[in-house]
Amino acid sequence: MDAVVIRSLDPLIGELRSRGYTVVGPVSRDEVIRMSEIDAESDLPAGLTDEQAPGRYRLGPAGDGMFFGFAASPDSAKRFTQPPSRTLFRMHGETVEEPEEPAPKVALLGIRACDLAALAVQDRVFLGGRHPDPGYRRRRENLFLVAVNCAVPGGTCFCVSMGTGPRATSGYDLALTELAGPHRFVAEAGGERGAEILRLLPHDPATEADLHAAREVSRCAAEHMGRSVDTDGIKERVASAPESPQWQEVASRCLTCANCTMVCPTCFCTTVEDFTDLGDGTAGRTERWDSCFTLGFTEVGGAPVRGSGAARYRQWLTHKFSTWFDQFGTSGCIGCGRCITWCPVGIDVTEELAKLR
Amino acid sequence: MTAQAVPGTASQAVPGTVPGTVPETVPETVPPPWPQTRPGPAPEPAPRARPMTPAPYRVRSRRPDRADTVTLSLEPVRGRCAPALPGQFTMLYAAGVGEVPMSVSGRTRHGGYVHTVRAVGAVSEALCAKRPGEIIGVRGPFGTAWDLAAAEGLDVVVAAGGLGIAPLRPLVRELLRRRSGYGRISVIMGTRTPATLVYARELAHWREYGLDVQVTVDHPDPADAGWTGPVGLVTRLIDRVVFQPRSTFAYVCGPEPMMRATAAELTRRGVAPERVELSIERNMKCGIGWCGHCQLGPLMLCLDGPVVNYGRVAHLLAVREL
Ligand SMILES: Cc1cc2nc3c(=O)[nH]c(=O)nc-3n(C[C@H](O)[C@H](O)[C@H](O)COP(=O)(O)OP(=O)(O)OC[C@H]3O[C@@H](n4cnc5c(N)ncnc54)[C@H](O)[C@@H]3O)c2cc1C
Ligand code: SF4
Ligand code: SF4
Ligand code: FES
Repeated sequence: MDAVVIRSLDPLIGELRSRGYTVVGPVSRDEVIRMSEIDAESDLPAGLTDEQAPGRYRLGPAGDGMFFGFAASPDSAKRFTQPPSRTLFRMHGETVEEPEEPAPKVALLGIRACDLAALAVQDRVFLGGRHPDPGYRRRRENLFLVAVNCAVPGGTCFCVSMGTGPRATSGYDLALTELAGPHRFVAEAGGERGAEILRLLPHDPATEADLHAAREVSRCAAEHMGRSVDTDGIKERVASAPESPQWQEVASRCLTCANCTMVCPTCFCTTVEDFTDLGDGTAGRTERWDSCFTLGFTEVGGAPVRGSGAARYRQWLTHKFSTWFDQFGTSGCIGCGRCITWCPVGIDVTEELAKLR
Repeated sequence: MTAQAVPGTASQAVPGTVPGTVPETVPETVPPPWPQTRPGPAPEPAPRARPMTPAPYRVRSRRPDRADTVTLSLEPVRGRCAPALPGQFTMLYAAGVGEVPMSVSGRTRHGGYVHTVRAVGAVSEALCAKRPGEIIGVRGPFGTAWDLAAAEGLDVVVAAGGLGIAPLRPLVRELLRRRSGYGRISVIMGTRTPATLVYARELAHWREYGLDVQVTVDHPDPADAGWTGPVGLVTRLIDRVVFQPRSTFAYVCGPEPMMRATAAELTRRGVAPERVELSIERNMKCGIGWCGHCQLGPLMLCLDGPVVNYGRVAHLLAVREL
């Protein structure tokens, strides 16, 4: 189906809801953009933009009435594909019960190109190996993805370096480019699932001028990347630097707080917790997000393997940019910049990579 | 990485019965050979929908070993347990307490798993406290196995530090089953004190079958005046066993410093690094590549290990805190 122009998102939101999807989009809450359920386009953070820098995030007026005038928020699709916590099973004597895996039908409105790339990375982690995760598969299949092409990259973005953005090229059901004067969206379907819905919405054919304007949005965004990384030979470069003094240096600033891994859309590590129902003695296990920055992560024989902050930072950065290729055949970083923005002391992974040279 | 029978070696299997009493439950004797492949249809693991859900197993027998160690034999409540290759591990779950990786140390004659567990913390203590009839959750087996085929025709050195013997026991049994396929076979073992030596009777049987079995202790226990054997690190036993370094394969498991020292000493004497295998212990929360805890550089040790080739990992083990 050819690209079309739509003037309001409400018919789209309505159609998705009528198909049983909970529509989740960006909303302004507590001075941050969060991903939350929306009922109508009036819930979107119109006219807001973000200022992102190492250790800094400010939401403020842009004065233009655009709906998507900001970059990555601390939430990503990860929270929907890999819930922060889930119950794995319950066991009582020899009886084992598996609770229903949550797999709600969710339409993500406003997912960016980098986060689509992050989903592709997660697919390799959770579905591409010897032990695919059936719960992940169901949640992933129940996601309807409405991408929005970035117009205003954040100060910490580097998707162009990582080859993941700013324009969504695959992995979406629908992709929108927001245009001003008049306010409208160029909409493209990524497959039959999206086309089927698009055909039902009030739309006009996209003119050559609309398509040109949409391409200009992405070209302009690509020219305004906040950061860049030299990815040439990056896997080998990082792998060959385990003894670099740089790890000690960054560790002198790193708080090992794990924020970077919590906001990262591809970090997948988990731990498990056990509980026992005091009533009937039923035991159970919960899986929840974990981070290689925690001290207990590598504990064996009563002591952590990676006791120092330097070793933990090295693990994180090396995994993202080097050993992820060995394990999953792709980069573990997709260049969203979240870890830079949400680091309380402003450690910038792009700078650390440059210093490793 | 194979446990298939090697043509021509089956007839050389170790003798059928061992003098002395055969324990009713956990066999400490060499036969039945390991893995105990049963005739008939392929074993069916108990049906299990999700990879993180354990299957209930019943403790069939429990034998306290020396010190703080217990050997358990476990049998599935439903179905059969999957075959395990020497070197593989399972995840054992004590309900309400936790789940930890444990080497498969053997198969029971009824087709279950034998595990030797040292009580060091909450989960291992709970496992050690399980009585016959009680339930333990089991997932697996997981991970890589010792490469038995790579050692064919070579001398073999099996080096264990402490409970590192647990994953090596099924290997030694398999070597014995295929005895004629290998040259000299030596087992060298280090343990903290004479009292912490596990599988003492089995070691004696291995000697009876002609293996050169040497044991050293870190500290001769003052209470056990009977210790007349060597004192010191297991590497010192390398001098006491006979092997042709250029045609030797070594299997090593123990605390990491012990493995590094043993592998370094063996290679210094001319054993090719590619002919040394180690079984590496890491924190493991899943066993199936989901949790990320077991990484060693590019390796996920629950999938790419625990058994790894020293030639391929020496550079990783050389990095502190990797
Ligand atoms: C592949 C693999 C195979 C293994 N096979 C066996 C096996 O066959 N038999 C066996 O007994 N163990 C084996 N282990 C080790 C076993 O998994 C740990 O002992 C177990 O996880 C400890 O859990 P816990 O909850 O009991 O102790 P934790 O609560 O984790 O630890 C409590 C305390 O126990 C001590 N401790 C913990 N682990 C060890 C350790 N390994 N050695 C010494 N002290 C420790 C520390 O002081 C720690 O503070 C294996 C591990 C791996 C990765
Ligand atoms: S490492 Fe940082 S920039 Fe890369 S994907 Fe994760 S959060 Fe985004
Ligand atoms: S960087 Fe750390 S938390 Fe993220 S996936 Fe790798 S090991 Fe896990
Ligand atoms: S034990 Fe979880 S990934 Fe290896």
